Amino acid sequence: MIQINPSVLLVDDEVPFVETMAKRLAKRELTVDTAFSGKEALAKLDSGGPSRTDVVILDVKMPGMDGLETLAAIKGAHPNVEVIMLTGHATVESAIEGMKGGAYDYLMKPCEMDLLMAKVGEAVAKKRAHEAKILDARVRMHALRRET
Amino acid sequence: MSTNHGRPAAYYRTLTRNLVLFVVVVSLVPLMFSGAVILYEFDRAYQSKVEQHLEVLLNKHRRTIDAFLTDRLADIRVLARSYPVEMLKDPAFLRAKLSLLREEYGGVFVDLGLVNPEGRQVVYAGPFHLTGADYAQAQWFKQAKAGEHFISNVFAGLRGSPHFIVAAKKRLMGRDWLVKATIDFEAFNALVEKLVIGETGFAFILDREGSFQTKPRQEVALASGAWRELLRRPLDGGKVTIIQRTGSRDREMIYAAAPLKNGSWIICAQQERADAFSLLFSAQRMAVTIFVLGGIVVILVSLLLARRLVNRIAEADSQKEAMNEKMIEAGRLASIGELAAGIAHEINNPVAIMVEEAGWIEDLMSEEGPLSEETLSEIQRAVQQIQEQGSRCKQITYKLLSFARKTDPTVKEVSLNSLVEEVISLVGQKSRYAGVRIETELGPGLPRVAASPSELQQVLLNLVNNAVDAIDSEGGVVSVRSNPDNGWVRLTVSDTGIGIAPANLARIFDPFYTTKPVGQGTGLGLSICYGIINKLGGEIKVTSAKGKGSTFVVLLPAISQSEAAPETTDPAARS
Repeated sequence: MIQINPSVLLVDDEVPFVETMAKRLAKRELTVDTAFSGKEALAKLDSGGPSRTDVVILDVKMPGMDGLETLAAIKGAHPNVEVIMLTGHATVESAIEGMKGGAYDYLMKPCEMDLLMAKVGEAVAKKRAHEAKILDARVRMHALRRET
Repeated sequence: MSTNHGRPAAYYRTLTRNLVLFVVVVSLVPLMFSGAVILYEFDRAYQSKVEQHLEVLLNKHRRTIDAFLTDRLADIRVLARSYPVEMLKDPAFLRAKLSLLREEYGGVFVDLGLVNPEGRQVVYAGPFHLTGADYAQAQWFKQAKAGEHFISNVFAGLRGSPHFIVAAKKRLMGRDWLVKATIDFEAFNALVEKLVIGETGFAFILDREGSFQTKPRQEVALASGAWRELLRRPLDGGKVTIIQRTGSRDREMIYAAAPLKNGSWIICAQQERADAFSLLFSAQRMAVTIFVLGGIVVILVSLLLARRLVNRIAEADSQKEAMNEKMIEAGRLASIGELAAGIAHEINNPVAIMVEEAGWIEDLMSEEGPLSEETLSEIQRAVQQIQEQGSRCKQITYKLLSFARKTDPTVKEVSLNSLVEEVISLVGQKSRYAGVRIETELGPGLPRVAASPSELQQVLLNLVNNAVDAIDSEGGVVSVRSNPDNGWVRLTVSDTGIGIAPANLARIFDPFYTTKPVGQGTGLGLSICYGIINKLGGEIKVTSAKGKGSTFVVLLPAISQSEAAPETTDPAARS
């Protein structure tokens, strides 16, 4: 299997934040896509398919569709995509709620880039491992069919 | 400042005065009334008592005197009827009888005599030498001859000293002899002189012509004034007649008169009114003294109590004022607390951007080799972004500080519209995350209102905050409108939120009443709004439909253009 760069979707309503963060992540050899609202993020995931995006970095507090709603929608439509929540101090509780709803982890904003990269790495590894298991299972299923 | 705190001193002065008046009137009027009634009744009762006393006294003496005269006459009649004229002609017999009478009655009988039908006193027993005295022309003799018996008026007669005569007829051979006795004036006078009424009262006897039959203790002017009036009356039927008149030397006097001796004499009495009514007058003086002293005490005590009470009220008022200020302050801090979540996020966002930009610069600088033109301009952009986000932070903290500074209740001329804009910028972030659009429709040229800017700001913040909170996660619209309304300034804050249940609508201005979850609302916001608006002489009203939203209307008195100084429009000073 060819090891390709992990693909990240960055979702936040603060445009300057998203843009700079995207540049920094790209510099660390991640494939970065951006979205400025929950709806836009979902649209990008739907159009690109689950294979393209590994991890969504999602701000909890956004106008309109907020982080938790977006998380639920992502997990519903693309269960394999891992989500890391970004949160301000006042919304730690909703980040915890998010983890109960299937987020991989959360980070406090502003966050250490190294920490973020580590979390992204872990999340990608988890996703890849999970996908590998699914692949294995498929292979075993085909083999079983062939035997019968 | 002072006009905004507590009530003016004049208010407390009026309160004190009213309290004192009330207490004095309530306590003194019944006292005065009952005192007057009691005094009046007492006066009447005493009056009749005094008159009755006088009447009883006069009647008693009248009877005594009548009895005295009748008895003396009876003595002489017995003498005349018991013995024949022959025996009476004997001077020794007459002397024996006189000494017997004198023994029996003291010095009442002065002498005894027998007068023949021609009026000559044939026999005489007594201290004077009146044997053979001729009474034919004497008045008493003529009168005595007319009846069976006779009691004369007092006269000086032959002996030249006052006396009166008691005479009885003795018939002998168709001719009338008279047995006559002289009654000592002094002895008779003593009977009447004994009649002393109080300190100043005395009695005397008059005949029908008005000459004295006894010696009055004081000089009595019969010819004028009350006596003249009294003596003119028909004094018949044996009744005592009493009148009260101003007598000599301007003294109030009581005069009484009653007929005597079958109406031929009159017994008279007079007494100073002050003497007769001395008990009544002293009772009146005492009552008036007690009333005056009691009144003074009541006035003093009521003054003292009213002062104390009003001081307490003033104290309580100022405490209440202080409490109100503290409550407004507390409510203000609570509102800030509610805002804190939104504001923390609002500050956190630019901080996160700055951190990212700084990190980006660090990333760029760590590239190996000389910095390219492109990298330098990227660093330039990042630095600019950091500056921009820094000033954004500054603005947020300024906004927060402007609101969090201590409440200043000083009343100024305030432009409502600029306050509305300030508050909306503060709530902006919170509403954006809640999916709430805030629409404003601020009337141009709105008159200013007299209010404390920080207090009014708090009213607006509470109303807008509540409106935003009332809208659920689906989002909605909060609209804030201001417009002039006939001398008032009207501010309307309406939302498309969940509305207020009719049951809760009546209680929303009560302190500590809240429907927000524990820890999120203090229940103070609207009660503070209500207090502040009331203090400014304004009104706050609410209409709400469950599920459709609520509308709060605030009316504040506008400062009219002609009014110059803001002090004159201070609503607190007017109340």
